[in-house]
Amino acid sequence: MSAIVTARNLGKRYKNTVALDHVSFQIESGRIVGLIGPNGAGKTTALKAILGLTDFQGELNVLGLDPRTQRDKLMEQVCFIADVAVLPRWIRVREAVDFVANVHPRFSRAKCEAFLARTKLTPDMRVKQMSKGMIVQLHLALVMAIDARLLVLDEPTLGLDILYRKQFYQSLLEDYFDEHKTIVVTTHQVEEVENILTDLMFIRDGKVVLDTDMESLGDRFAEVMVGADRAAAARALKPLDERQVFGKSIFLFDGADRATLEALGEVRRPSVSDLFVATMKGTYA
Amino acid sequence: MKTFYWLVKREFWENRGSFLFAPVICGGVVLLLTLMGVIAGEVFRSRAGVHVSGMDFAQLRSHLDAGDLDKFSMALDITMLVPSMLIGLVLFFVVFFYCTNTLADERRDRSILFWKSLPISDRATVLSKVVSAVVVAPVIATLAGIAAGLALLVLLAIAASFHGVNLWEMLWSLPHPLRITAHLLSNLPLYVVWSLPTVGWLMLCSAWARSKQFLWALALPIGSGILVGWFGLMDLFHRGTLWYWKNIVGRLLLSVFPGGWMPDHALGMAMGGADASRMFVSLTDYSLLLTPPFLIGAVAGIVMIAGAIWLRRWRVDG
Repeated sequence: MSAIVTARNLGKRYKNTVALDHVSFQIESGRIVGLIGPNGAGKTTALKAILGLTDFQGELNVLGLDPRTQRDKLMEQVCFIADVAVLPRWIRVREAVDFVANVHPRFSRAKCEAFLARTKLTPDMRVKQMSKGMIVQLHLALVMAIDARLLVLDEPTLGLDILYRKQFYQSLLEDYFDEHKTIVVTTHQVEEVENILTDLMFIRDGKVVLDTDMESLGDRFAEVMVGADRAAAARALKPLDERQVFGKSIFLFDGADRATLEALGEVRRPSVSDLFVATMKGTYA
Repeated sequence: MKTFYWLVKREFWENRGSFLFAPVICGGVVLLLTLMGVIAGEVFRSRAGVHVSGMDFAQLRSHLDAGDLDKFSMALDITMLVPSMLIGLVLFFVVFFYCTNTLADERRDRSILFWKSLPISDRATVLSKVVSAVVVAPVIATLAGIAAGLALLVLLAIAASFHGVNLWEMLWSLPHPLRITAHLLSNLPLYVVWSLPTVGWLMLCSAWARSKQFLWALALPIGSGILVGWFGLMDLFHRGTLWYWKNIVGRLLLSVFPGGWMPDHALGMAMGGADASRMFVSLTDYSLLLTPPFLIGAVAGIVMIAGAIWLRRWRVDG
């Protein structure tokens, strides 16, 4: 495995706030990385830095290139969907396909047309006549027909209904992703990406607070449902979080001994959203 | 090169209304109004019972001396130019607002994020917009002006031929449609160079100002002109305030007006009723390209375009 993105001491300051506080991380090839954090945590700034859309301090290497100075070259191998509403409103489906086909060396018109054939989009349709879901279908068809090594998705399904959201991730997994590609995605709809991620990165106040792959997530974190009688014993083990359900307490542990936990009650793998809530507690307070 | 062609094509797609339809409709309106005028004239004439039938143009001609014929021929030449002048006015507004909005609009509707997700440099993008403003729009406007002008001549000639006027003479021997067409076309290279300072300034404002690009673009030059006049700054350089307004403020805002380089005396000549085609001599004088107003203006324009390219590289939001 080779690193697609390497960040060392990545920093970015806006006038009054620190968006990125000297973070270091690495993204390997062939992974689907979820970059998850509350609003204003620095996710978008990190993605912008990777895509060469903003200046920054520190070192950042994307596919062997510096996004600040070699952006034009970088964009041949990197693609991104910033959010659902960025396709120009005047453009027609036919024009969008023609344009990308003629300016992008790694675009396959045949692939794109095959994706479009599965939708209700017609060549003469303009973006301004489409629903949000249809715009995303067009954008996704364009992007999936590009043989990019790194695909960055920043809240790609915001404002879509659940049918479009499911279809979006399903298409990405079935028709696009393979071991030569890498996807970085930020989203608030954690439940929907939970099953497709291979890696997870939590970001809070400009810092990476958790960086793990999904296999070791299950080894490291555990959720235990404990009856009221043994709650005190569980609390003594210093859980990350505690919540009440039907008179029982659910404790979330980081790196606790598996056998000890099993003695307390039923042990489960925590969901990413519960882990997220526990990690981010007090962010907005 | 292929990418650049498609970038220009994209600008045309987006601005088909102002680049193509505006000049074509303007020419069409001129023709329609003329046609309505001709018909109204005919109706009025027949109702009033005026009879000019039997009037022989050839006979009439024999009474005209060379000076009268010259005047008549010039009137026809100017008639052919009328659509081009009106379309030129339309072109001024089209290019002005295109340059003011093009880089701001893509940030406002966030489509810049889509364009920037493709491997296209900011330089190629901005230059494709410059080419759209100084080549694509003016070429279409000029062709539309020529076509409407020729159609206008034909329309008048046909109307006149109902009254015994020789069609051929009205179309060919008196006016100079070919010469005027050639002059209008050879204007274009001068327009490209002359308009650069305004195009550069407006695009710089479009790339730089986060909002109200139009106001910034107007307020900065005009405000500076007022300050310069107030403090009499230009006296330091032994130039009047008027010089500043004409050569700085005017060039930043009005150079996208076709034929703006025409010297005052030529303009006076045209207004004073000299030969219309003679007025073109100064309009298509390529040696002007090497004079300071063209050269310094072009250099200033290129510097400002470079500034717009740099700003587009880093300014993505708002």
